[in-house]
Amino acid sequence: MNRHDTPQAPGATDPGSGPARARAAAGTRPIKGGVSKDMQHDSAIKHVTGRATYCDDIAEPAGTLHAYLGLSTRAHARIMELDFSAVQRAAGVVGVLTAADIPGVNDVSPTGRNDEPVLAEQKVEFWGQPVFAVVAETRDAARRAARLARITYEDLPHVLEPDVARAQGGPYVTPPLTLKRGTAETELLKAPHRLKGEMRVGGQDHLYLEGHIAFALPGEDDDVTVHSSTQHPTEAQHMVAHVLGVPSNAVTVNVRRMGGGFGGKETQMNLFCAVAAVAAKKWHRPVKIRPDRDDDMSATGKRHDFVIDYEVGFDDAGVICAVKADFTARCGFSSDLSGPVTDRALFHADNAYYYPNVLLNSHPMKTNTVSNTAFRGFGGPQGVMAAERIIEEIAYALGRDTFDIRKANFYGTETRNVTPYHQTVEDNIAPRIVSELEQNADYQSRRQAVLDWNAKGGVIRRGIALTPVKFGISFTATWYNQAGALLHIYTDGSIQLNHGGTEMGQGLNTKVAQVVAEELQVDIDRIKITRTTTEKVPNTSATAASSGSDLNGMAAQDAALQIKERLTDFAAEQWQTDRSNIRFIANAVQIDEETVPFADFIRQAYMARVHLSAAGFYKTPKIHWDRATGKGRPFYYYAYGAACSEVSVDTLTGEYRVERTDILHDVGRSLNPVIDKGQIEGAFVQGMGWLTTEELWWDAQGQLRTHAPSTYKIPLASDRPRIFNVALVRWSENRENTIKRSKAVGEPPFMLGISVFEALSHAVASVAEYQTCPRLDAPATPERVLMAIERLRRG
Amino acid sequence: MAASAHQLRIDLTVNGTVHGIDIDPRTTLLDLLRETLDLTGTKKGCNHGQCGACTVHVNGKRVLACLTLAALCDGADVRTIEGVGTPEKLHPLQDAFIAHDGFQCGYCTSGQIMSALAALEEPWGPDDAAIKEAMSGNICRCGAYPNIVAAVQEVRKSAEGGRNA
Repeated sequence: MNRHDTPQAPGATDPGSGPARARAAAGTRPIKGGVSKDMQHDSAIKHVTGRATYCDDIAEPAGTLHAYLGLSTRAHARIMELDFSAVQRAAGVVGVLTAADIPGVNDVSPTGRNDEPVLAEQKVEFWGQPVFAVVAETRDAARRAARLARITYEDLPHVLEPDVARAQGGPYVTPPLTLKRGTAETELLKAPHRLKGEMRVGGQDHLYLEGHIAFALPGEDDDVTVHSSTQHPTEAQHMVAHVLGVPSNAVTVNVRRMGGGFGGKETQMNLFCAVAAVAAKKWHRPVKIRPDRDDDMSATGKRHDFVIDYEVGFDDAGVICAVKADFTARCGFSSDLSGPVTDRALFHADNAYYYPNVLLNSHPMKTNTVSNTAFRGFGGPQGVMAAERIIEEIAYALGRDTFDIRKANFYGTETRNVTPYHQTVEDNIAPRIVSELEQNADYQSRRQAVLDWNAKGGVIRRGIALTPVKFGISFTATWYNQAGALLHIYTDGSIQLNHGGTEMGQGLNTKVAQVVAEELQVDIDRIKITRTTTEKVPNTSATAASSGSDLNGMAAQDAALQIKERLTDFAAEQWQTDRSNIRFIANAVQIDEETVPFADFIRQAYMARVHLSAAGFYKTPKIHWDRATGKGRPFYYYAYGAACSEVSVDTLTGEYRVERTDILHDVGRSLNPVIDKGQIEGAFVQGMGWLTTEELWWDAQGQLRTHAPSTYKIPLASDRPRIFNVALVRWSENRENTIKRSKAVGEPPFMLGISVFEALSHAVASVAEYQTCPRLDAPATPERVLMAIERLRRG
Repeated sequence: MAASAHQLRIDLTVNGTVHGIDIDPRTTLLDLLRETLDLTGTKKGCNHGQCGACTVHVNGKRVLACLTLAALCDGADVRTIEGVGTPEKLHPLQDAFIAHDGFQCGYCTSGQIMSALAALEEPWGPDDAAIKEAMSGNICRCGAYPNIVAAVQEVRKSAEGGRNA
């Protein structure tokens, strides 16, 4: 760790350490911050000293106004009258924005379905829907005034639950998907054993510590600049342009960093950006909008909850013959990203298991709730939950360990290797990872100890489970699998790096800088990573789908290689030597026998009029997907992992704790092991929270009642497993030609949290001698666990 | 703040600097720090006293700045993350957070560090369970808890070693 290195200052001297020392150091030691090295987060010092600037920390210019949203208090109603007279009279109020003030199109639907107004017109479709915005001299004034609006509603019937919506024949928000291979329905009838059941899997609020925020500054003509905390600056740019009715070239969106995103800032920031921009243009003053936590949680989307109806046929050995399942999702009032989210649930309904015959259907239901959106895993975790429930059902029906059933159904390598979407699994390492974890975590003897403990019949029961993860990497919207980067080398040898990805704590900027440091063989301190801005790299994709380093790392590498190529040409000509005699060594370039420090070399290249800037580009090869036929290769590769968790459950209260978790996770050849390990640990904790304590609860009127951390409980330090062992699969490298053979890490380990859920289920099953599948729904709150125990005890 | 007929004069010391400020009596310490004194290292996470991102020290004790009225800090000695260490000379706890990778997005980090600094002076036990309990008022949505606990433990142990030496 090199934690005391100060960021380089721009200037004429060598940014490393002065020309003399640079010469001494050139080529004599390996570079700092190359790939596959532990490298601290590029903002580490700023984070621990409180000096990292988030959107709300940007100094406000004089004259800055503040906007505050007014939200609906009905789940479904016609707006009969809007009375803002008291609002207008309130101290500090500059004005009120309604749908009528929107100069362009009143819509922020990210998929162009035109079903998501910025501000409601005529009717509201969920409790918490933005209806108007108050703009005032201070945030406090705007917030107080927003309470003074009088809205008269005429109630309409509302539906909150997805299965109720489906039973009523309610509409889909987006077309459903079917995945089909073989003849599931006939094979189910022929199978030696057949079971069917239902599982409810709850949603999840992102609870990023930094809430939504946008800060718009008006420019000349149509121009507006928006600072925001968004995972998708390009989409925010397009949405602001769309809402303002101006071309995209008039709008600039900037994001330096986010205080957490997790998918919650992939589309949900668009509305805030649009409101701030409209107000900024209307009043020709900077406008900032930042909702309170309660409003943030009420008005912005979450992970989709699902009701999953499944049917499985299997043989005496527990090998699956056929699976049929329906995935009914609470999508909320608009489509948002529900199409690709529900698609991904189906793509992962197999987890790591081979289904010889399969029929999967999605039902993306319209409900009078906030429009659900992206959240780490993007529907995949809900699909995996279904697969693991099916495994449990088989195990309890046959009186076997769930782990044996898992192993009996893994994808093969040469046979039994085709997914429900007809992609062949070419890189299956799940069995090896699981087998190693079985040894490392001492699964078999610990399971026996758990069984022995439970056999004593005490109040505290234990459970243990070892679960695998296989997760497909790539956006299923194939065109999103592209990225750009912009690299400048200045005449002092300092480097500025920009790419289309956004930093939300995952260490993307650090990883991409490591790639450039490696290619140019310079210390990472020489590279300044700037904010993400639509001005530098256009038409970017969301930093989502775990794709950040895969895409942007490759684009940055492309830019670095272009410049390196030009520099090599220059050196060959200048030194009159063959290109093969030119080597980029640590912080220097070696030409024949001469070693030239990097900064000197760059200065000479500049004098010789070499172009020292490059735009890099990358598009993921091999992938294609035909949604209509449900066939293709939507994923470039798969990331794998496994977790083994052991829990204790108090059978009198339903309370529990995680005693121990062991994780073995595949990140290919890691770009940065310490950052990857942090991602794995954090994802596990977040996945565990989703399935245990995090419960979204709407009342009968459709108001979300868990709208702050006081009622919505995410894991605390005290909830982490008491023993927690996390390891990377050291022998893995990506079979595909990804950036330095690494694998994506953002989402796959989220599903390691399922091991805790399965262990809880195991502990619950003990009260009925493991004869009955507990059919625990998620989240397995202590109440749910207790109810399951009582249900099993009653028989 | 919204216009108020009643302004209140308070004097307080923040990170060693004395400030005399006229405030709306409803102002929270958090808003005073962030909006009046431009000390933005202290974060507003939930504004409910539930997340810990706004943890600062008042007269040496950790408090949630979002639940503390600035008016009650008249005459107080306030310490924020800006008063702990500098990029050139980090406090050992800041060093430990970096060494143990005790953060991801960084938004909770100021609060975690302020909370841990105070907790190290409070009568908690030495084991991980005690540290986890002491830190359970500070949520980290990125889930960096194992590393946060490790960082706090490193500093606790070295301080203990110092005392015993």
